[in-house]
Amino acid sequence: MARKILTEHINVPGIETFDVYRKQGGYTAVEKAIKTMTPEEVVEEAKKSGVRGRGGAGFPMGMKWGFLAKPEGVPRYLVCNADESEPGTFKDHHLMKCIPHLLIEGMIISSFALGANKSFIYVRGELMYVIRILEKAIAEAKAQGFLGKNILGSGYDLELVVQPGGGAYICGEETALLESLEGKRGNPRNKPPFPAVKGLYQSPTVVNNVESISNMPWIINNGGDAYAQIGIGRSTGTKLISASGHIKKPGVYEIELGVSVDEFLNSDEYCGGIRKGHYLKALVAGGSSVPILPANLITKTAAGEDRLMTYESLSDGGFATGTMLGSGGFIVFDETACIVRNTWNFSRFYHHESCGQCSPCREGTGWMEKVLHRIEHGHGSMHDIDLLVDISKKIEGNTICPLGDAAAWPVASAIRHFRDEFVWHITHPQEATQPGAVYMGEMVLG
Amino acid sequence: MEEVKPQLLKITFDGIEVEVEPGTTIMQAARKIAEADESQGHLVPPAMCYYKPLPVSGGKCRACLVKVSAGSAKDPRPMPKLVPSCITQVQDGMIVENTTNQAVLDTRKSIVEFLLINHPLDCPICDQAGECHLQDFAFEHGSVKTRYEEERRTFDKIDIGPHVQLHMTRCILCYRCVYTADQITDGRVHGVMNRGDASEISTYIEKAIDNDFSGNVIDVCPVGALTDKTFRFKNRVWFSKPEDAHRDCDKCCGKTTVWYRGDEIIRVTARKNTWGEVNDFICNTCRFEKKKTSDWVLEGPTKVKRSSVISANKYRKDLVAKPDFALKLAASQFKQIDDSRPYVTDEDTIRHQSIENNDKANHRSLAANNN
Repeated sequence: MARKILTEHINVPGIETFDVYRKQGGYTAVEKAIKTMTPEEVVEEAKKSGVRGRGGAGFPMGMKWGFLAKPEGVPRYLVCNADESEPGTFKDHHLMKCIPHLLIEGMIISSFALGANKSFIYVRGELMYVIRILEKAIAEAKAQGFLGKNILGSGYDLELVVQPGGGAYICGEETALLESLEGKRGNPRNKPPFPAVKGLYQSPTVVNNVESISNMPWIINNGGDAYAQIGIGRSTGTKLISASGHIKKPGVYEIELGVSVDEFLNSDEYCGGIRKGHYLKALVAGGSSVPILPANLITKTAAGEDRLMTYESLSDGGFATGTMLGSGGFIVFDETACIVRNTWNFSRFYHHESCGQCSPCREGTGWMEKVLHRIEHGHGSMHDIDLLVDISKKIEGNTICPLGDAAAWPVASAIRHFRDEFVWHITHPQEATQPGAVYMGEMVLG
Repeated sequence: MEEVKPQLLKITFDGIEVEVEPGTTIMQAARKIAEADESQGHLVPPAMCYYKPLPVSGGKCRACLVKVSAGSAKDPRPMPKLVPSCITQVQDGMIVENTTNQAVLDTRKSIVEFLLINHPLDCPICDQAGECHLQDFAFEHGSVKTRYEEERRTFDKIDIGPHVQLHMTRCILCYRCVYTADQITDGRVHGVMNRGDASEISTYIEKAIDNDFSGNVIDVCPVGALTDKTFRFKNRVWFSKPEDAHRDCDKCCGKTTVWYRGDEIIRVTARKNTWGEVNDFICNTCRFEKKKTSDWVLEGPTKVKRSSVISANKYRKDLVAKPDFALKLAASQFKQIDDSRPYVTDEDTIRHQSIENNDKANHRSLAANNN
């Protein structure tokens, strides 16, 4: 069995309550950090661990903490990004629902490290029941003296606030999240200034993902070096993967980074393989925003090496033959999935979730969705394919926040790898619009 | 105490060196070049959302994206993405490529395309035509044809008050009017509702915008989304004559531009600089109520931008003197009308021809019709 850091105790009955969590060794890391360590030492451990942001971008968390400006007399804030809404990703939801105290413990340690006296957990608005679970857990921790004034007699105060969002995908972007937290419309800000300099209420702020912060208790208990030994190269530690799609065992799995994609996909410990009688067609490895990969590039890279579940190996070959680990939304498609329909579906999502602030994303996402809708419904023409590629190129990199890129990549990669299927949709509108019709080279299902 | 002069930063913009103060944006540096030498006006990146009098505006339309090929003298690495010149501050030794970089020009072309796909293109009936920034932008950087085949987006019409007409379909969501209301009026009642391409400028539950300075949203609007109700459909801007004027106003500076048709003032706007930005915001009394010459002290004709169609006869005046290709062509094809032919109606001609051709059936049917 692979080592578990986050989900080790997740199946213990009653782990959502303070007493059971404490019995399993919970909150010892808070005691250790606050009583025996200085904030700088905690930051140093995070740096040593090499833990990378689990929200999608994969930026080293310790380094991010190191960038935090520390001017005199200005409060600093820690914000936990729990606005998980990427299609295909549901790991933070699982973690907060099952073991809320882990996040709270991580928040206390991280806030202590950053010198924040007020920290926020910004939870996606749809997850009201998770918010109640978190609030209950916070009340318990407060009653036990782990939150509030003078934590464990150390003189350190921390108030933890759970803030429900409005359910907008864009508020998962860190500056949009801060705007939303301030009570404004969730429009991403122009950067620079970065949140580490001017974030929430114009004060230095760190925004971290739920999973990143939840790693902190283990790192404090076992040391950053021990954490860095798990995984391969710069991909250290474990990662929660939300596996979904046409596999035997969908769900949230904790893997050690460095497991091969083949093992993750086919071993009984994880996904258990493609559902019976079908075979692999395509894979989205890191949530809907990352490029889709065709079957021949999933388990092997273009160079013929085994593809591993690491940040580096998945992005091997750039976007031409690679993808990204992203937020770990592992979506598997077998041969019954229509790539055109799927791309249209993703595109529809980004069209709906674009904030509408900058022109390429506002107009481009809608345009792409309409063109894809046309192709999917048998009204496409051949120049539409190149038009889509061109629009996606014009959006990518020209927007304020990464949502534009996220909208462009799935479309560009689907056309890059599955152009035949798009062509077939255009040349055979009658067959393509039949329910369940899927292009498979010479053979057509449906 | 001796005043310390800030160290000037040297940047290279399209091969032209300019020294600016720290904190200046790339856009302002480019404008500085153009202000020093008018012939370099074409170098300045277009600004659809950025508006200097409104702090924090900018960065949204992406029309002014430029390539920074060297970040600074200390760190001469190029910036990986194109950066918005309106909000990116200059560094010493920065090298910026604008019109000299094909990627920048291509991106700009695509921004025009994005802005126009849902724009109604109703310039012939739009009051803003002639002083519309989107028109200028599309004219300079856009392409002739559209690749957009879908239906253009529309909105439900809302009435936002007695002075200002809102045409949401024309809006490019630059947020200037929102910042105007935020920064120069008290109690903003309008903002952006919804999101994505359904975002719209709207008031809180169709509340009317009622504020002494609300009319300024008309001046800051780069397109015809917010227009003056007292000027609606009255005149094309290039057929009106702008004059600088002022009056004693207890609310604002009173310095305006009044627009004449003949002897009649048809509208009043704030004075704008070369870049289409207002110098001073004016109040609604000056803008909407003072429409008599006796209300104003005239200062003389307004100096308008070289490229503006408002300059009417001044616009490319040199070309009018020479007969152009069309005139030459018309002259070469000119023929006198032959008056010698008898004057006949079409019907007579048809009847005449059908008789001539001995087409009796045709003749009969015509005769039957006539009876």
